[in-house]
Amino acid sequence: MKMLEIKNLHAKIEGKEILRGINLTVNEGEVHAIMGPNGAGKSTLSNVLTGREGYEITQGEVIYKGENLLELEPEERARRGVFLAFQYPVEIPGVSNIYLLKAALNAVRKHQGLDELDAIDFLTLVRSKMQLVKMDEQFLHRSVNEGFSGGEKKRNEILQMALLEPQLAIMDETDSGLDIDALKTVSEGVNALRSPERSFVMITHYQRLLDYIVPDFVHVLSEGRIVKSGDKELAKELEKSGYSWVHDAPEPEGQPA
Amino acid sequence: MNDQTQQLEAITQKEYKAGFFTDIESDSLPPGLSEDVVRQISLIKGEPEFMLEWRLKAYRHWLTMETPEWAHVHYPEIDYQAVSYYSAPKKKTDGPKSLDEVDPELLRTYEKLGVPLDERARLAGVAVDAVFDSVSVSNTFKDKLAEQGILFMPISEAIQEHPELIKKYLGSVVPQKDNYYAALNSAVFTDGSFVYIPKGVRCPMELSTYFRINAANTGQFERTLIIADDDSYVSYLEGCTAPMRDENQLHAAVVELVAMDRAEIKYSTVQNWYPGDENGKGGIYNFVTKRAACRGESSKVSWTQVETGSAITWKYPSVVLQGDNSIGEFYSVAVTNNMQQADTGTKMIHLGKNTSSTIISKGISAGRSSNAYRGLVRIGPNAENARNYTECDSLLMGDKCAAHTFPYIEVKNPTAQVEHEASTSKISEDQLFYCKQRGLDVEDSVSMIVNGFCKQVIRELPMEFAVEAQNLLGLSLEGSVG
Repeated sequence: MKMLEIKNLHAKIEGKEILRGINLTVNEGEVHAIMGPNGAGKSTLSNVLTGREGYEITQGEVIYKGENLLELEPEERARRGVFLAFQYPVEIPGVSNIYLLKAALNAVRKHQGLDELDAIDFLTLVRSKMQLVKMDEQFLHRSVNEGFSGGEKKRNEILQMALLEPQLAIMDETDSGLDIDALKTVSEGVNALRSPERSFVMITHYQRLLDYIVPDFVHVLSEGRIVKSGDKELAKELEKSGYSWVHDAPEPEGQPA
Repeated sequence: MNDQTQQLEAITQKEYKAGFFTDIESDSLPPGLSEDVVRQISLIKGEPEFMLEWRLKAYRHWLTMETPEWAHVHYPEIDYQAVSYYSAPKKKTDGPKSLDEVDPELLRTYEKLGVPLDERARLAGVAVDAVFDSVSVSNTFKDKLAEQGILFMPISEAIQEHPELIKKYLGSVVPQKDNYYAALNSAVFTDGSFVYIPKGVRCPMELSTYFRINAANTGQFERTLIIADDDSYVSYLEGCTAPMRDENQLHAAVVELVAMDRAEIKYSTVQNWYPGDENGKGGIYNFVTKRAACRGESSKVSWTQVETGSAITWKYPSVVLQGDNSIGEFYSVAVTNNMQQADTGTKMIHLGKNTSSTIISKGISAGRSSNAYRGLVRIGPNAENARNYTECDSLLMGDKCAAHTFPYIEVKNPTAQVEHEASTSKISEDQLFYCKQRGLDVEDSVSMIVNGFCKQVIRELPMEFAVEAQNLLGLSLEGSVG
């Protein structure tokens, strides 16, 4: 069943066209990697999908579980199960991590018609999720991302993902700034969350993440279009030959099923 | 203006939620101010002669003074003859003996405000001296406190029952001639709270007073005096909210605190008076003089305030550090929205040796408001090894508000150590988007980020007050980020 369908998506920022006709279908349970050189439009794609301000959609549509995603507010998308693991998680001084986690979980639960979790049930739940990313309980009481190392920030993103249990997880350069141990931890966390009902779109510049989180499909994004699609072998090709060839590549014929 | 700014403005423009008016028969003096009015007030209160003389001295001096113009606030000239200087709920044969005898309308008003005046108060462990307009209606826990020799009563009662303490301390921190509004208050104050903690006593509960201005056109001039004798401790809470009225209402309170040797006073305020509508119509003028004297050695006074209300705030809770090793603290959150104006801060006057002071000020401006921090740190020539740390942060929401910082530092002793840090920031779009992407709506996101910004101050508040303050911050800023 289709989770996400992007059709001929065009988007501008400050008058400049960044996305120039993206087509992509993600089915339930699939993991798609989107790779590409700097400036290809990778982060723009994740921002447009999650509703960040400042982008103008000039053409195309995005259907998420049968709904027009682009008409929804960012928080409405989030509550329906669209999650973005940020490339640069934001610091919020004075707000404890546990407070944000609880507020986020309750916002999602409320949307689902569920009661808010009480303090004890919540703590039990969050503790079990923390083991997934090997986070210490003291993280709960520190201010959101404040003074966190790069690896801690990314693990915190995965913790939020694990807690909120999204349907569609978009991961924006989750591997950037991670050493190999942190990369392993983060990848194990993500792999544990893979399921037949959950889809992933992983945006990355480098192939190495895909050694740990093996995608079902790999797409190459260049100058605002997907210029090539394939399976995980495509990523290895890219690793060898770099991105220089993609500029000359022909328009893609079709999509992986 | 982008969507986000618009959203923020929409959130900050919610209506004032405590806006209701209780219809109780008031016993008021007609508008106007004269020696006769001062005499009448003193007469109504049945005051001893010395008190009348004290008031008249203040009044006569007030006549010679001019309205201070230095604050960064603007408002039309106040017609002091148009204000009524006394308003009291009508007495029913010598006043109520118990809650059953209190006007049920009044009780309902407190209920709406969540004032724990009745049994809930006992459960919550809060003693409330509720000032309704200008007369203290009810005192709770007075007997329990009296067992330890603690005096907690309306100041009008203290004037009758403990004239020796009044003579000794009233005006000893804020003299009648101190400033324009203090002089006015000294002449016409009608009530307020009086607290005396005897030597060596640690007050077993948070003392609390809720002030509420009710009748139209009635200025409220409370006078509060708290004395903590040697080795004592008291924590005092003051929370305010007023019903919605159209005309500007003048509020000129005076609060005096005296801390003797090794005594500690913690004074916390949550102020939510009617700020006026979004166009600046109506709202309270809050011109307050609050000052503490750390008179004894190793004494300590902390002011903590969360100020979200009033059309205009003019307020500088200060500490005079006379005793050696004494400590002064000022923790403040001031929120202005719509057309509100605030000029607030503190003065730390270091006179004794090894005195230290801390100032943490958080200003949040939204709408078209103006928020100024004004602070003075003065180190006197004899204040060896005095220290001050000041941190002054401003948060802006939207692009039509203003934040100002006016720090004054006067150092007359070379051993002093004075630090000042200041920052101005905006709620970033990144922070908001991050919260929204986690499913929070804009209002909850703003409230959360603002509460984070104010955490250093909020955590200084007693627990039950902290919760109220957090809600208030969210409420006050509904509709305003950018």
